[in-house]
Amino acid sequence: MTESKWYWSILDGWTMSRRSFKHLFRNPESLFLSFGLPVILMLLFVYIFGGAIQTGTDYVNYVVPGVIIVCVGYASSMTAMSVTQDMVGGLFERFRSMPILPSSLMVGHVIGSFARNMIGTALVLLAAILIGFRPSAGLQEWLGVIGILSLFLFSISWLSVVFGLLAKSVESASAFTFLIMFLPYVSSAFVPTDTMPAWLHAFAENQPMTPLIETLRGLLIGTEIGNNHWVTIVWFGGLLIISFVVATMIFKRRKSE
Amino acid sequence: MNDTIISVKNLKKTYGKQTVLNALNFDVERGSIFALLGENGAGKTTTVRILSTLIQADGGTATIAGYDTSRDASSIKKVISLTGQYAAVDELLTGEENLMMMGRLNHLKGEVVKERTADLLEQFDLIDAAKKRAQFYSGGMRRRLDIAIGLLADPEVIFLDEPTTGLDPRSRRNMWKLIKRLADNGVTIFLTTQYLEEADQLADKIAIINNGKIVEEGTAEELKRIIGEEKLVFEFRNSASFNTAQNLLEGQINDNDMSISITTDGTTEHLRQLLNAFYEHRIEPESVKFRKPTLDDVFMDITSRSGKGAMIND
Repeated sequence: MTESKWYWSILDGWTMSRRSFKHLFRNPESLFLSFGLPVILMLLFVYIFGGAIQTGTDYVNYVVPGVIIVCVGYASSMTAMSVTQDMVGGLFERFRSMPILPSSLMVGHVIGSFARNMIGTALVLLAAILIGFRPSAGLQEWLGVIGILSLFLFSISWLSVVFGLLAKSVESASAFTFLIMFLPYVSSAFVPTDTMPAWLHAFAENQPMTPLIETLRGLLIGTEIGNNHWVTIVWFGGLLIISFVVATMIFKRRKSE
Repeated sequence: MNDTIISVKNLKKTYGKQTVLNALNFDVERGSIFALLGENGAGKTTTVRILSTLIQADGGTATIAGYDTSRDASSIKKVISLTGQYAAVDELLTGEENLMMMGRLNHLKGEVVKERTADLLEQFDLIDAAKKRAQFYSGGMRRRLDIAIGLLADPEVIFLDEPTTGLDPRSRRNMWKLIKRLADNGVTIFLTTQYLEEADQLADKIAIINNGKIVEEGTAEELKRIIGEEKLVFEFRNSASFNTAQNLLEGQINDNDMSISITTDGTTEHLRQLLNAFYEHRIEPESVKFRKPTLDDVFMDITSRSGKGAMIND
């Protein structure tokens, strides 16, 4: 078993990821949150708020990164809820009585969450292009977008797993992720931060979502990036490591109780 | 033919100040059905969780198939399967998909997974429901699927934690048949239950757990013998007679149907003595009948050793 430990954990992770995909298509709520909501939000921001917001560029060009990030926030509640469901439903317990690494359960949720969000992001981009989004990004910039988004998605997915593990009920798991949903609104996602009151402006400028959005926006439509990409990598690289370590620790703690 | 597969010695577990298991001792023979019988909170689930390596004991030892639960958890996991109190099936997957997924996670070969899945669906009467999602299953079907999942890897010992709690009477009987059939195939079954009838029906050996201690152990017959061979049940219509009789006799008092059960040796002499005593005290029982002892009698007697005339609330 030891020499093939890695082989089995990859295979188990894959088995659990397939399960997540099946879940996605069988749960109307998650299907809507993953694929319907992104398109609706895209249209909503451009056609309803867009006319009234001055950003110095076509609003559709400005808002794409914001819509992508906000959708990830909504989707994170599903990840957290399905983790909690496995905990309270006894599946996790069963895994722990079997000769496999229980972390494959978490890996399945993370991969499922990642794939869900990537598809949702593609739909946002597609809808945006249909209503006039004209990115200036070349191949290199697109690769940058994918890289930054992947880092963001993995860190948020692991954070959602942590929330899911901490929650005692499925309902409270969804409440935990409120923060992830809320943060993008207090950033440069939808409006330039200099229109906000001073104290809010300070918060918006220094929270992780703003550098993330500025980096994505810069890559997509060529606005100034500055050092935002480094700030983003530090924020979400740090979040990824911390969430991963915390999730693993919760696993171990549950074992010894 | 004494082949012990589970051996528990002096097992202890406390949560904070609360002692959940207080020096538990018992052995389970290979291929038998062993029932741990007790009320809610007596320590049944804690025992199962320690034996299935989910939690660590604070003291004592427990071995399964020669492996120590605290030192050799990974070896134990290969020989056991656990079916917890809540059917741990994936609601959004079909019965077949549940089995296939757990088969893969048990690291069985692809064709073996398919073969075992088909076998188990048939064996557990789930063929018609194989393509239906588990969320549409009845309670009994979920339990069957749950146990079927536990059998994928051919375990030597199966832990069933309250396998019939919440099932309707018909499903309960079906579950009993199923458990007996499993035992006939040579698997050792460790089950917990709060139903005396269930332990009586299924178990080769019963251990009664109360406040974290085994208070009595033996076959159903042995436990019944402790209480005596037969009971006389007097039923009363008027409460004055019932109350006087309670002070006069030592027996199990059932307030709900105003009856008193008394252990008897079955002789007419004993019956005559009782009737004479009633006559002297002007007590008029409504009716009298003999009955065989049930495990309820054993249970009531043991869990309330201190008091004469245990109360039966049902």
